[in-house]
Amino acid sequence: MTSKLVGVFRGSTLLRSLAIVLVAGVVLIVVTDSVSSYRNLQIAYGAYYFCVLAGLTVLAGASGQISLGQGAFMAVGGYTFAKLNASPVGWSVFPSLSGAVAASILIGIPVGVAASRLRGPYLAGATLAFAVGLPALADKFPAFFGGENGLIVNPPIAPPWLGANFQLERWEAWVACAGALVVVFVLYNLTHSAVGRSWRAVRDGEIAASLSGLRVGRQQALAFTISASCAGLGGGLLAAVTQVASPGAFPLQLSLTLLAGVVIGGLGSLAGAVWGAALLVFLPNWTTDIAGSFSLSSNVSHNLPIAVYGLVLIVAMLVWPSGIQGGVRVIKRGAGSAIRSRRGRGSAEPATAASEATEPIADEEMNASHP
Amino acid sequence: MTKFIDLTLNGISTGAIYAAVALALVLIWRSTRIVNFAQGAMLMITTFIASAVINSSGSYVLGFVVALASGLVLGAIVERVAVRPVENAPPLNAVIMTLGLYTLLVAVAGMIWGNTPRSFPAAFSLRGYRVGATNLLFTPNDTFTVLVVIAVAVALAVLFRGTSLGLRMRAAAFAPEVARLLGVRVGRMLTVGWALAAACGAMAGVLVAPSVFLGPNSFDPILIIGFVAAVLGGLDSPPGAVIGGVVLGLALSYVSGYEGSALVPLAALVILVIVLMIRPTGLFSATKERRV
Amino acid sequence: MLTLEELTTDYGPIRAVDRVTLEVPEGTVTAVLGANGAGKTSLLRTVCGLVRPTSGHVRMEGEDITRWAVEEIVRFGIAHVPEGRGVITELTVQENLRLGGLWRGRDAMPIREVYELFPRLEERASQPASRLSGGERQMLSIGRALMGRPRALLLDEPSLGLAPVLVAQIMSMVRRLADTLGLAVLLVEQNARSALSIANRGVVLSLGRVVAERDPQQLVADDRLLHAYLGF
Repeated sequence: MTSKLVGVFRGSTLLRSLAIVLVAGVVLIVVTDSVSSYRNLQIAYGAYYFCVLAGLTVLAGASGQISLGQGAFMAVGGYTFAKLNASPVGWSVFPSLSGAVAASILIGIPVGVAASRLRGPYLAGATLAFAVGLPALADKFPAFFGGENGLIVNPPIAPPWLGANFQLERWEAWVACAGALVVVFVLYNLTHSAVGRSWRAVRDGEIAASLSGLRVGRQQALAFTISASCAGLGGGLLAAVTQVASPGAFPLQLSLTLLAGVVIGGLGSLAGAVWGAALLVFLPNWTTDIAGSFSLSSNVSHNLPIAVYGLVLIVAMLVWPSGIQGGVRVIKRGAGSAIRSRRGRGSAEPATAASEATEPIADEEMNASHP
Repeated sequence: MTKFIDLTLNGISTGAIYAAVALALVLIWRSTRIVNFAQGAMLMITTFIASAVINSSGSYVLGFVVALASGLVLGAIVERVAVRPVENAPPLNAVIMTLGLYTLLVAVAGMIWGNTPRSFPAAFSLRGYRVGATNLLFTPNDTFTVLVVIAVAVALAVLFRGTSLGLRMRAAAFAPEVARLLGVRVGRMLTVGWALAAACGAMAGVLVAPSVFLGPNSFDPILIIGFVAAVLGGLDSPPGAVIGGVVLGLALSYVSGYEGSALVPLAALVILVIVLMIRPTGLFSATKERRV
Repeated sequence: MLTLEELTTDYGPIRAVDRVTLEVPEGTVTAVLGANGAGKTSLLRTVCGLVRPTSGHVRMEGEDITRWAVEEIVRFGIAHVPEGRGVITELTVQENLRLGGLWRGRDAMPIREVYELFPRLEERASQPASRLSGGERQMLSIGRALMGRPRALLLDEPSLGLAPVLVAQIMSMVRRLADTLGLAVLLVEQNARSALSIANRGVVLSLGRVVAERDPQQLVADDRLLHAYLGF
């Protein structure tokens, strides 16, 4: 009986993803109930970072593209949320979030179509320009976007049936985690579907993929748009949780920070996005603590987290081209193959290094779904 | 009409700076097929160093020279320590590496010098020339900027076309394996290339600093615009980079003058997208893409 | 002059060169023959340092140069003319030639002498190398290698894609270079008969291993051997 049940779960991606979401949801309800309001706020931060990182990691790992413009898509989501949530429209939290996602999809489609024609550094440079260029619009139309100060968002109100004393931070954590779980559900099913397999085919060889009938450009544009919608949701949640949408909330630095989060989690791994989100939430606290205990100046303590993100990116590229999850995978594969791959990287044989770094999602999770 | 002339002249002098940044990016792309996204941060560091030298010695010339020298050293160190390990890795690794360097350098500058932008002295007067009864916005310092960039572009052309070091560097860039078979120490050529590029960027930093002020993030737009200029010029053609820089300088000057400066980064983005949609490898690209 | 001792090269699990031992004395041509995939190119690439051997040694005038960097091996006097000629098409003919002698500084062969050997190159000196025909590219590649006054020359399939008349010309040129400059030439070829016509020694390679090493006349006469390993 139990084995049969396990078999059903193994067979159906949908059921498996529902189970993951349910379990994670229950855990989050229990956790948010038992921790302080400050911790709940951190959980909310982590949840919106997770949305963005999950979208980015699927983009990089599954379809082999990269975007340095996720901060700009977050800005799209954040400003849309602020506009829909505020007085003339006055939508409540969840409809406004849906609007944020819709808006980022609308922007994501043309950007994704353009991006699907670009490769490597061209794509990186173009999305970087997008990250710098888009938030400048807020300065151009200050009456509509609130200029430098941005738009103020009302705190989300918990529904009455949760009781009058339900904490704001706990409700924020719930809202953000609900968004994160939707992202998990959608991305998990997508990457384990025919769409996900097409993406991996495109990633592993564009020419081979197009010869076998895949429309490479369309697949890449789709992956890009989906990652944009995740970033839009993350931005909407950011606006909801921090109660402001301003140009200063979406600087170029944010896009690079997100990149660091994805790299440390391992490109292409949804579980890795959790690691990455945790890093982005806790690192500034740790570095502030460290700076405090060594009584470093405020210049140093403000910039310490950023320095760490930079070091993370550099060191990851030097020693672990596929990130923490990739590192775990290397260890799992056994010492022998790990040594072989290291030797491959040491000599001037680019092929080994290339397969190392772009491998991600495929093996493990593919094996899980097709034993 | 005066406004148009002002904007045109301004476009030429800012275009010269974009050209210098684009040249720095092109020098590196040609030899290593890497876009150096850390360029903006590297020239920020060298400009801070120049600022410190100028403040303590009172000599602009000394500051300028020190900026160039520290650019050479910084470029060589970056290539040896950070870039060499990812040179043969997939392109994405080099992109992430240079972005990591950018992030680290910005943070380090913030730690040392703080995040509040400060002023930076100009070489010559910032008061516009007087023609008849009108005051132009073009200043003696702009003249200096344009002349310095022209001199550097010519010097680079002579180096590449007329010297054996340039011949070695070109061979190492075009066909690294064949170059090694001819006894060219390709690794050393790449280091020299990065050093030259960083010095070129350092020069751009000192030239642009009086107008954007000096802070850890002051040069981000310059990097983006320099990248757009380099792409406009085909990424691997130094003359293309210069043309791209000037063309972009003019275009953005008109946008800024007639539509407001807030739109400049967005306009650069639009130009970049249009160029890449027409020709995904840039307008003046002579050689075909080697990496598929 | 140039000696290979038990030289072995692996590409991952594949053994490309298997315990090859060879000697190429001064002023002689050793022809290494073999079918596609016999390991000929891998052998040359190992000798000049482009590929690291798994075991074995390469010696040049007694010096063990096995693990030296390519540039240093070249600077020690071993010139490699790669398969497909390796002409840098973005540079002019003259620039290609100059490049070959740069590391020698003042002691490089005067470009004049290369033009005397290959008058065609002088006519095209200032043209980009991309405009050259296949035969001219081969001349440029060999001439460029000579610019550094090497003592040993590694030639990878110089006949590839050339008309028979040109092949004969190139081969007699190689013979002359070995005789007049005292070069030790290691010539890798699929075109067995034309290579053996100028060689002092013939070696047949199969699956990375030396299966025969004889006098060229004997090899040409051994139809069975040539048929078995070279397919004709």
